[in-house]
Amino acid sequence: MADIDLSSVGKTFAGTPALQDITTRFDDGEFIALLGPSGCGKTTLLRILAGFETPTSGQIRIGAREMANAQTGVSLPPEERNIGFVFQSYALWPHMSVWRNVSYPLEIRRFSKSEIARQTDAALASTGLEAYADRMPSDLSGGQRQRVALARCLVSDPCAVLLDEPLANLDVALRATMQGVFTDFHKRTGATMVYVTHDQAEAMAMADRIAVMDQGRIQQFDTPQTLYERPKNRFVAEFVGRGTVVPVQEVTQAGGARQARILGAEVAVQSARAEKQVSHVCLRPENLTISESGDLRSKVARVTYMGGKYLLETVTDCGARLFAETRARFDVGAQLGLTITTPWAFSED
Amino acid sequence: MMSVAQQNGGSRSEARLLSAILIVAICLTLAPVLRLFVEGVTDQGRPSLTLMRDVLAQPSTLSALKHSLVTAGFGTLVSLVLGAAFAFLVALTDLRAKAALVFCLMIPMMIPPQITALSWTQIMGPSSVLLKTLGIAPPLGAPQPLYSPQGIIFLLGIQHMSIIFLTLRAGLRSIPQDVVEAARISGAKGLRTWWQVVMPLTLPSLAAGTAITFVTALGNFGIPAMLGIPADYATLPTLVYQKLAGMGTTVLAEVSVLAMLIGAVAVAGILLQRLCQSRQRLHLVGSTSRPLALPLGAARLPVEILLWAVVFAILVLPMFGLLATSLVPAYGVTLRFDTVTLASWYEVLFRQPVTSRAFANSFGLAAGASAVLVMICLPLAWLMERRKTRLARLFDSLLDLPYALPGVVLSIAMILLLIKLPFTEATLYGTIWIIFLAYLARFFAVMFRPVQASLKQFDPAMDEAAQSVGASLYRRLRDVIFPLSAPAAAAGAILVFLTAFNELTVSALLWSSGTETLGVVIFNLDDSGETGMASALAMTIVFVVIVLMALIQLFSRRFPKGVVPWQT
Repeated sequence: MADIDLSSVGKTFAGTPALQDITTRFDDGEFIALLGPSGCGKTTLLRILAGFETPTSGQIRIGAREMANAQTGVSLPPEERNIGFVFQSYALWPHMSVWRNVSYPLEIRRFSKSEIARQTDAALASTGLEAYADRMPSDLSGGQRQRVALARCLVSDPCAVLLDEPLANLDVALRATMQGVFTDFHKRTGATMVYVTHDQAEAMAMADRIAVMDQGRIQQFDTPQTLYERPKNRFVAEFVGRGTVVPVQEVTQAGGARQARILGAEVAVQSARAEKQVSHVCLRPENLTISESGDLRSKVARVTYMGGKYLLETVTDCGARLFAETRARFDVGAQLGLTITTPWAFSED
Repeated sequence: MMSVAQQNGGSRSEARLLSAILIVAICLTLAPVLRLFVEGVTDQGRPSLTLMRDVLAQPSTLSALKHSLVTAGFGTLVSLVLGAAFAFLVALTDLRAKAALVFCLMIPMMIPPQITALSWTQIMGPSSVLLKTLGIAPPLGAPQPLYSPQGIIFLLGIQHMSIIFLTLRAGLRSIPQDVVEAARISGAKGLRTWWQVVMPLTLPSLAAGTAITFVTALGNFGIPAMLGIPADYATLPTLVYQKLAGMGTTVLAEVSVLAMLIGAVAVAGILLQRLCQSRQRLHLVGSTSRPLALPLGAARLPVEILLWAVVFAILVLPMFGLLATSLVPAYGVTLRFDTVTLASWYEVLFRQPVTSRAFANSFGLAAGASAVLVMICLPLAWLMERRKTRLARLFDSLLDLPYALPGVVLSIAMILLLIKLPFTEATLYGTIWIIFLAYLARFFAVMFRPVQASLKQFDPAMDEAAQSVGASLYRRLRDVIFPLSAPAAAAGAILVFLTAFNELTVSALLWSSGTETLGVVIFNLDDSGETGMASALAMTIVFVVIVLMALIQLFSRRFPKGVVPWQT
């Protein structure tokens, strides 16, 4: 079992907090994505898990082993954690061949020659690199290098694999292929994986659960679908997917259903049962339909062709900017009516 | 407060290793300087400034100080004019064969000053073999024009022009291309771009180069010794040498004060250079990928001819002088087909026991210093890059001191430190070990800086990747850090070897019979009138220097940026 447990983990750099009070649990075998804008603390969290940084407060356990505890000052150095790490820059050792790069972890663990050969070959085979064993890293393409890095971290059978924006240096087409490689790898090994990215599409495509981070805190930790459909606060609503957050007035509760006045229109809203009060709604393109009779009068401010459909940025009479999708083409300046259908509401101070 | 070990990775073995190596390095480089300072401000163990006052009041001190300032100051001016002209032309225009030009301009810096002085005296004056052979020698009895303050100034200028050239060229190369292009788009033409855009941006590096050239010229011993002593014109370093050579260690306290005086002037220069360099780092952002190449147009060929003519005059001509002198049977004889002889070469290379001893000494010292410095600097530079503790940062800012300070200062400091080893009656003074330790201190920065430059470009993820797969500190050093910084270490080792092999200033004060170095032997041969043998030996050394430099040049593509000093 290699659950990862964090309890009130914090980290300050020279007095500035980079992580604050992170308490969460990554289950064994889960594919977790840490998603957030740059500077949100996601990489710091990953490096703390790996042992490259030590937390200023809180403690971390992986499986039964305590990795770091700020109280007692215990901090296992990275080399003793048995964790795999995939770097954004791949960090292949340029003076070693592909084969040696991959076999090096086994060499350190003092495996026998034949065992090293067997496991290295297996790792190279599982990443489709058999033909490249004798090449030097400089002779490989970006995607191949990333696969070597992956093979290198899987060869030592780590209890968790941490990935630090591993696709950031690859082009768009290769990124899609590599996403497949990572997902397959995860399915086959069943390893716990923690994946840092700032690209939400990447996180959505691969992760079982996504922790959205901002300003050193986890804002919401849920499945991709929940994150998108039921954001907890304004940050998550605006960061994940395309959405506009607008305030609501005159919320009325009738049985299980809530009604609210949004931008002057009376609309039924959804919200979490536990939420006693709601103050804002998230309006995504799916919540908006364009119709002549729509109660929300607005004007097209910008049209972007998205391939097969258009994204309209519209400005309502009261000044809110809303995004709507349509198959028909509209011109900038055109007047249209919008209808809002069951948006997600939450409370935000 | 977090402890150091907690800040980074939590690996305590790294912190321990860093402290251990750091202590060794500090003892090696900074302890002598500190010891010298203590000597100057104490008298028989008590704080006192009387000695300092007495020495500074002596007329010989004042005149030597004046001579030092005059020769170093005007010498720097000569370097400035020559070096800056070359740097602007090479860095900004479309001259051809730039690489060859740069390489040739670096040779004066690498040729030891006593050889520069020797070679130039061979092409001037009434007894110059070359001039006699060509029939244009001044009449016998005419003075040697180089035995004069002007001669010292001129040769100091030539010797150190490379420093100005290098720093200014590096500064010019860091000017983003688009800054100049923006000026041209705005309508600035030719000299106007140069004057209003390029010049202001390079002033800091020019000032920094000037300051460090002044410090180097101030500490130069070979040139004022070879040219000034015959003319009875003493600078501070030669005064220290003469006092110590004449009266031995009884005047140690007195020469310490002199050394501190040179040191103080030098430190002022170093501080000025630091200040200018920190200015340089400010505003320059933008692409520097493409070097500037302003077209010279029709002027290109004449300019090229002029530059190569200067290179010929300062590099090749003196070598011809040396060669001519080394090939005649006796100094002053005209070189003809029937007088050519290799006797001097044979004598100095194979017969003289003192030269073979000096070869062995210099080789051993240089190779040993390179090897030991590699062992210290590689792990130290890496650990200092990984964990920037306060002590490490302080050391980083001070480690250039033993190299930047004049060699005389370091030598005196070494004598003070090692003449009586603490807690014992033993002394290292008079043994080869004092020279060896002085070399370690002096060339520490020569080794450390290239290694540091290469490790700064080293992706820390390389090390972290090894760490995450379970490699211990020792394994990481052995399998990842050492192999990857090996090219830089090799370049640093060759540079240390090159400088130590030729070194004169430090060993001139520290040698004794049996521990002569090559620099000392050339100096002594010339001093005792054996100019032919001195020339033959000097030619050999120049040859070794150029071969070693060519070796670095050959492999320069495989070195990381900033490792080869003349390719910054």
